[in-house]
Amino acid sequence: MANHKLSLIVNGHTEQLLVSSNTTLLHALRDHLGLMGTKNGCEAGECGACTVLLDGEPVNSCLVLAVELDGREITTIEGLSSNGQLTPLQQAFADLNAVQCGYCTPGMLMASTALLNRNPRPTEVDIQKALVGNLCRCTGYQRIIDAVIKASEQGSAQ
Amino acid sequence: MTITESGLIGKSVKRTDGLDKITGCAVFVDDIQFGPNLLHSRLVRSPYPHALIKNIDTKKAEALPGVRAVVTGKDIEARLGLYLIDRPIFASDRARYYGEPVAGVVATSEQIAVEAAALVEVDYEILPAIYDPVEAAQEDAPLLHPDLGDYTVANFIFPQPGTNISEHFKIRKGDAEASLASCAAVAEGRFRLPPIEHVPLETHTSIALSEKTGQITLWASSQSPFAMRDMIAQSLGISHNNLRVIAPLVGGGFGGKAGVTMEACAVVMAQAVEGRPVKLRFTREEEFVGTSVRQSLVSDIKVGCDADGILQAMELTYYFGGGAYNDYGVNIARAAGYSCTGPYDVPNVKADSLCVYTNYPVGSAMRGFGMPEIHWGLEQIMDRLAEEISMDPVEFRRLNCVRTGDEIVSGMNMTPIDLEACLDKVTKAIRWDKKEAPTAPNKKRGKGIAIMWKAPAMPPNPGSAAVVRFNEDATINVEVGGQELGQGTFTVVAQIAADVLGIPYENATVSYPIDTKYSPYEWQTVASRLTWSMGNAVKAAAEDARFQILETVAAHWDEEIEDLTIKDGLVISFKSEREMPLDKMVIYGLPNENYEGWKGGPVVGRGHFMPTYVTNLDPETGQGTRAVVHYTVGAQAVDLEVDLETGQLEVLNIASVYDVGRAINPDLIMTQIEGGAVHGMSSAFEALKFNEAGEVINPSFVDYRIATIADIPRKIHGDFVETPIDDGPWGARGVGEHVMVQTAPAIANAIYDAVGIRFSDLPLSADKIYLALDEKESQ
Repeated sequence: MANHKLSLIVNGHTEQLLVSSNTTLLHALRDHLGLMGTKNGCEAGECGACTVLLDGEPVNSCLVLAVELDGREITTIEGLSSNGQLTPLQQAFADLNAVQCGYCTPGMLMASTALLNRNPRPTEVDIQKALVGNLCRCTGYQRIIDAVIKASEQGSAQ
Repeated sequence: MTITESGLIGKSVKRTDGLDKITGCAVFVDDIQFGPNLLHSRLVRSPYPHALIKNIDTKKAEALPGVRAVVTGKDIEARLGLYLIDRPIFASDRARYYGEPVAGVVATSEQIAVEAAALVEVDYEILPAIYDPVEAAQEDAPLLHPDLGDYTVANFIFPQPGTNISEHFKIRKGDAEASLASCAAVAEGRFRLPPIEHVPLETHTSIALSEKTGQITLWASSQSPFAMRDMIAQSLGISHNNLRVIAPLVGGGFGGKAGVTMEACAVVMAQAVEGRPVKLRFTREEEFVGTSVRQSLVSDIKVGCDADGILQAMELTYYFGGGAYNDYGVNIARAAGYSCTGPYDVPNVKADSLCVYTNYPVGSAMRGFGMPEIHWGLEQIMDRLAEEISMDPVEFRRLNCVRTGDEIVSGMNMTPIDLEACLDKVTKAIRWDKKEAPTAPNKKRGKGIAIMWKAPAMPPNPGSAAVVRFNEDATINVEVGGQELGQGTFTVVAQIAADVLGIPYENATVSYPIDTKYSPYEWQTVASRLTWSMGNAVKAAAEDARFQILETVAAHWDEEIEDLTIKDGLVISFKSEREMPLDKMVIYGLPNENYEGWKGGPVVGRGHFMPTYVTNLDPETGQGTRAVVHYTVGAQAVDLEVDLETGQLEVLNIASVYDVGRAINPDLIMTQIEGGAVHGMSSAFEALKFNEAGEVINPSFVDYRIATIADIPRKIHGDFVETPIDDGPWGARGVGEHVMVQTAPAIANAIYDAVGIRFSDLPLSADKIYLALDEKESQ
């Protein structure tokens, strides 16, 4: 399999990678860059656990080939908080116990961050539409909705 | 609700694992890095649900560059099991379900492992397969396990060699037949549930390393690292101190990561490539095809009451479809047997609870362990009986439900509970007495009620151990062997230890990952038993540490221990009003007068708990003094609408209330109640589906739908009642599984209230409801 050289801007840093033609963004992040916060739930775009931001838009990183992304900007869960400063959305997830096993949580946070970036005051229905591709088996979802609303009331996700 | 003196018991402190999980720092087993030494693996699975394995040819697979080993059942004859040792690690002579592992391939990359697995050639002779547990229980059914009589089995499990019955639990209490004949009203029915999957977001993953020294290390996503070690060690003849299981945070379990699923396959493959770690990670498709399922059930229920509505008798037969191997399944049938009546007083009971081998995947534990299965029929038939005698379903339950001290079906006296209080709270929350209008003209609205009970289903003597270890600054590490699956157990034990020791909650850290080399023993994280059992062990360990501290300070001050306590990190004397910061003494001890020697030293508290009072039951009658440690009970009421044009359901409200004994962390209980209500609702629409050839036809999230964020009830009203038990920490008992046990029958009862149609078989679906509406209209 041919190797391709590309650069990605991941969480604000430029990273040089050598990947195969069939390497997905999910595997590029996890196996090449060691960013293990992005989770592998199905590798079929059905569960949302691997959601990251590509130029600010949420994507299932298991469905995107890394070779197509030369020069693009990626944000992962590791890029949300910095210097111990949580985003209002992360803080709301913690305050409202919107987390149980935690496996869907990075994807939920990334998809919700994207929602708040484009719609700072989403309704409950807006949140349901934005997160319908993110599965959770533990929480029953209501606290995730409540956390997004709480964060939105504080102005922005950032 | 009361809060203890230290203020931590009864307080909704935040999750101790919350920060890890919202920052992406939480480490799951797939996140551990092993470097270039890591090998990858893939299982070769049976394409038939029942077949003899005539020959396995691995030569082509072994010849593929990059392949390091191919392992088959011929290499390892060992069997696995918890209560009944019936399952081979790799099938060697016979495959008993579609997807059963028959070989494993180890290679330098996952891709090569996949390619090599396809090159393993297996000759099968197809055998007739059987899926229905009623048919499989018949004497002329094709036998899955001709050697059943030779398997090792626990002394409270009763397999029937020469049949497919792996467990037969009986209740013979009073005279059910005669009593039913004289009842004023009788209801009778057959109810069915399909096998369903646990569907954790994290698929089963493990890495095994077999070193030249004989030491084996297994990293696994596991609810029961100690039971996993015990089962694999016994099966493979490894000493327990040479097998180390490391279990990081679990990305969803629900019972599916209890015991051993695929981890022994990883160990056997690692033994073939000494010195190199071997990773086995299930794809989502394998998670659906190759893991254990909640067992299917066919239940025949006949129940009668007198003219006043008082229950008199029940006749029950439960046929659990145990699947190809029944290791946990036998104890599920047993648990369903000794709790067969549901939470009701019934003086005359004849019950037979059977676990039956079928050619479906391994039947095993899933959240609630036998109880969602039996309550599906029980809670619908109670509604039918109430209707027979024109009684309100809630009144009927209030009249007949079990109360503290009552002699229950197994002969034991009911442990402290208050089911009526749960009923009161849900009926109030749902406005049971009010018939409410639907939100649209094409909809019909209905309300349904269901109650439940469940005891931890386990051997009589499962133990917990804990260690509380002080650090120099008087923070502590709480060491336990129970696992965090998302239910919040690490938070609860940190609260318990901090409360006993009079230190801030933030100063208590739970040591994880769980590691059988360092962590104290814990039987398993199952049966909603940790808050109670591990909680008791942690409380005892903290009390032990507290005593060591007070003994040292009392000697130093020349005071009595009884006059001292610890508050806000200070040892204080009520008598002399002296104070001693813990960080001055928990590691270094205290000097004697004039520094003539020292006393005390590093404080390490140790505690354990094991119930000592559970008795075996008479194998012919199912009667005994104490079948179980305790019961947790609860009630759910559902308000829903049925769309007459599409058959779609919308749940408007689920009121859900459980008697938790004592709420250690009220908000964490609410998170279980909410998540459980949605899990319970989702489960009513789920089924693992098979075609005529016995192949799984819906192994993906698209075809096996679980509830999404768009499907949730408009409202979940959660609450709890606190009736303490005598041997829980502050009276607490578990509630993690109970919260989904009776959701499906509560929904079914509400559908009946809305449209007058009863569904006796799961799964429900919009098309099924639509067709039933259509049929009803045409009648």
